Amino acid sequence: MLSRWLNNRNVLGLIFMLPAAALLLTFLTYPLGLGVWLGFTDAKIGRAGHWIGLENYQFLATDPVALLSLFNTVFYTVVASVFKFALGLWLAILLNEKLPFKAVLRAVVLLPWIVPTALSALAFWWMYDAQFSVISWVLVRLGLIHRYIDFLGDPWLARGSTIVANIWRGVPFVAISLLAGLQTISPSLYEAAAIDGATALQRFRYITLPLLTPIIAVVMTFSVLFTFTDFQLIYVLTRGGPLNATHLMATLAYQRAIPGGSLGEGAALSTAMVPFLLAAILFSYFGLQRRGWQQGGDK
Amino acid sequence: MAYLESLPRRWVTIYVPLGVFLFVLLFPFYWMCATALKPNDELLSHASNPFWVKAPTLAHFKHLLFETPYPDWMLNTILVSTAATFTSLFAAVLAAYSIERLRFQGSRQVGMGIFLAYLIPPSILFIPLAAIVFRLGLFDTRWALILTYPTFLIPFCTWLLMGYFRSIPYELEECALIDGATRLQILVKIILPLSVPGLISAGIFAFTLSWNEFIYALTFISSSEIKTVPVGVVTELVEGDVYHWGALMAGALLGSLPVAVIYSFFVEYYVSGMTGAIKE
Repeated sequence: MLSRWLNNRNVLGLIFMLPAAALLLTFLTYPLGLGVWLGFTDAKIGRAGHWIGLENYQFLATDPVALLSLFNTVFYTVVASVFKFALGLWLAILLNEKLPFKAVLRAVVLLPWIVPTALSALAFWWMYDAQFSVISWVLVRLGLIHRYIDFLGDPWLARGSTIVANIWRGVPFVAISLLAGLQTISPSLYEAAAIDGATALQRFRYITLPLLTPIIAVVMTFSVLFTFTDFQLIYVLTRGGPLNATHLMATLAYQRAIPGGSLGEGAALSTAMVPFLLAAILFSYFGLQRRGWQQGGDK
Repeated sequence: MAYLESLPRRWVTIYVPLGVFLFVLLFPFYWMCATALKPNDELLSHASNPFWVKAPTLAHFKHLLFETPYPDWMLNTILVSTAATFTSLFAAVLAAYSIERLRFQGSRQVGMGIFLAYLIPPSILFIPLAAIVFRLGLFDTRWALILTYPTFLIPFCTWLLMGYFRSIPYELEECALIDGATRLQILVKIILPLSVPGLISAGIFAFTLSWNEFIYALTFISSSEIKTVPVGVVTELVEGDVYHWGALMAGALLGSLPVAVIYSFFVEYYVSGMTGAIKE
């Protein structure tokens, strides 16, 4: 009887799903719901909150710092993603060429993506130091500037500097993923186009780009998702300063909820990121739908 | 179509841009090494060429290893990452097998749900999770990390392993079923040995992701001796107004080394795993 039950696919499936389901439901689904609930309460650390309706959101909508963090997040995501895509695609195309030491090159390129972001951000912090920055040193020696640049001290410079660090970290992921896509494109297509007299630009526009679209959609969705919810880089480089100029929604939520103690307000800020995530997921879902001709089907 | 291009042209369009990319991508690592080996007076002088280390010293490493809790952080990171990786692999193997092969009712929806779970980033979960961790009495223990890391590891590993299991022919399983094997025997004796590459790449991914995790470790741990390397270096080595750049960079270097080494041994699995997971 028991062995019959154990060979029933539904019973066995349920048993096999148990460990994963238990962990995910307790530590993923439940907190997701709890986060939304906390956003409607005035919970503090160590004190359960009371339902206060939309008060947190009303407060955030008028709070200049929260609005600035929304602007920063969108700005950070858009600029970093555009550069990550352009540079990543360029690097992927370069790596797709016939090159010596191809395998080594690919391995080396991925390094910025592999190492802990918090630690590589420290290296950037040191490179951006107001007094000992190596970048300033080089520029001074070249005679381009006369005073050391305070990379993280000025609002717009700080935004730019953090974005550069983010691009540095994200380009390898985009490049290697797109490289995988490039390798699935048959060289005979390019040869046929070349025989028909297509220029390099036309080959890129009419062969590479359309065939790469599905993978670009997925890669960029992930990239946007993780840039939008970035935390470590900002926390290490600026902690949101100067004058909150680099605060992202995630870092502001952390600051308000954990050191600040206002769990409710922090949770409301986090929840406010969800609509953007949903938009990205939908984009990915429709990008994932491959068209027939891309899978080698006729029409 | 390299044969259509002349060598000088290739230099301008390929080798030079590639060289610039490599320089920019690798310079921060060179800079970490150079700084970690420089004595303090060299670090803080504007006169000398900063790109070269004149009198290399291991003083910063000595300071780091013997005068800070760095070794403890290292041990914690290894403990937490290993435990979280094996927990997640165990759960992911069972989940992937049942979704992909048992095909119980609703397995498609569950598979989709797990994919969606992967898209939920830690930075929108950490606040409610902190409340849960606190209520469960796990706050400031390693268990807080071991139990929460699987939330982002399981979806990823499951998704990756589902792809691997899909490539194993059904016939093997049918033969075993006819011979009277149970599903568990099939999983352990047939599917798992055949998917070792998948298990390795899932394991490396999981280990690297937990090694690099920051926000949960920052939020759920407050005692210095059970912090992980990334959090410890960022929160404890940075004190006051005088930054010990040498020690900081030495810490960053040592903390990056294990993942870089593991990854370089298994880079083929890693790249194929990553691209495979994306192509699915």
